[in-house]
Amino acid sequence: MVAIIDYKAGNITSVARALENIGQKYAITDDERKLKDASHIIFPGVGAAGEAMAYLRKKKLDNTLKNCFSSGKPILGICLGTQIVMEHSEENDAECIGLITGSTRRFPERLTSGGEILKIPHMGWNSVNFKREHTVFAKINPEAEFYFVHSYYPAPSDMDVVLGTTDYGITFCSVLAFKNLVAMQFHPEKSGRPGLQILQNFCAWRGSA
Amino acid sequence: MLSKRIIPCLDVRAGKLTKGIKFKGNVDIGNPVEAARRYYEEGADEIVFYDITASSDKRDIMIDVVKRVAETIFIPFSVGGGIRNLEDMRKVIAAGAEKVSVNSAAVENPRIITDGAKAFGSQCVVLGMDVKKVAVSSKIPSGYEIVIEGGRKFTGIDALWWAKEAQKLGAGEICLNSIDADGTQDGYELNLTALISENVRIPVIASGGAGRPEHLADVLTAGKADAALIASMVHYKTYTIAGIKRFLTEREIKVRNIW
Repeated sequence: MVAIIDYKAGNITSVARALENIGQKYAITDDERKLKDASHIIFPGVGAAGEAMAYLRKKKLDNTLKNCFSSGKPILGICLGTQIVMEHSEENDAECIGLITGSTRRFPERLTSGGEILKIPHMGWNSVNFKREHTVFAKINPEAEFYFVHSYYPAPSDMDVVLGTTDYGITFCSVLAFKNLVAMQFHPEKSGRPGLQILQNFCAWRGSA
Repeated sequence: MLSKRIIPCLDVRAGKLTKGIKFKGNVDIGNPVEAARRYYEEGADEIVFYDITASSDKRDIMIDVVKRVAETIFIPFSVGGGIRNLEDMRKVIAAGAEKVSVNSAAVENPRIITDGAKAFGSQCVVLGMDVKKVAVSSKIPSGYEIVIEGGRKFTGIDALWWAKEAQKLGAGEICLNSIDADGTQDGYELNLTALISENVRIPVIASGGAGRPEHLADVLTAGKADAALIASMVHYKTYTIAGIKRFLTEREIKVRNIW
């Protein structure tokens, strides 16, 4: 059973519908026991880092997530879920979970590309340059694009955890992979077939790249 | 780099797909869930639903359409039309839409933008603007005026001012519809689109007037739009989304080509 962590941070239904489409059983839960029993954990999210962390702490889900990570359970972070596995976020100056060293930063103001001012949020379809192969990204066409909507991005201090980067005025880390954790800034549940393939790969993954 | 988005717009009336010209004379042309699926398969980057159901008692039919669409397609989609308050927004988002667009209601009560952004995040709130070209005046310095109630009522509000104001209030995106161009298939209103897009920092979706792939190329370059809405071009199967994307790729406009 795959558990989707319910921490009142939006778009959980989209993730659930995508899992239904690939025939994967799941539970949406904030119950520590069920999370510990789950084979895989999906940590989605839309919204602000500060509020999300406050809720996670209140429910003691930050510790549960840390424990699940140490136990070797495969964990998938999506969007905000990717930002708050870092130690700190510039959004609301929030202290985060810290599964990965480094912080979450805001896109600089007046980003440009080819003379044009780029808009923030980075919203729409963009590609990912993968640095190495990973089971969760098997069978993904390198030209595939994914749906992003965000103003902040993870900036890990250890470059070895950067699995993929994306260009938007700057080159930022869009996919992180560290031990049994894979986290992506884009929304696989909204990225068409390549996105569904990633979810399917994750659900079949045993947690070691 | 970010791709330009091609977004089919489905007007839905009492659960059926429909299309009119200059907001009048609508005819039913099919099932919106099947159409959404077809566009998803063909490479649409996002889908916009616009509920033009006249009577409020039939509005729940739209919620049912949204639920079925959310089970069928795995790209973002937005729903607009008849959204009056936070509760309407909540229903549409709970049914599975990523974004909600507000139009007349935001003109009458701009707080709906702020409240919506606070409750669901700015990325959920799209400001729909219906715009008509008018004489430049001290009240309408841009020469473009906001109209509401499906194009029937002039508001005395300048379109450029309203776009900037909506951004300040927390809108995450603007869907800019030219009523003069809507349904004509003669091309987008390029001046209007560039004017708005260059003066806001949120993405602008151009709407109204698409008839040929060149029109999309124009609005995504000279018109400075981040995305282009299409309707008649694909509803009547004159063009496919894949074909339009091939054309844009040949013109060196970056679009998503793998799906």
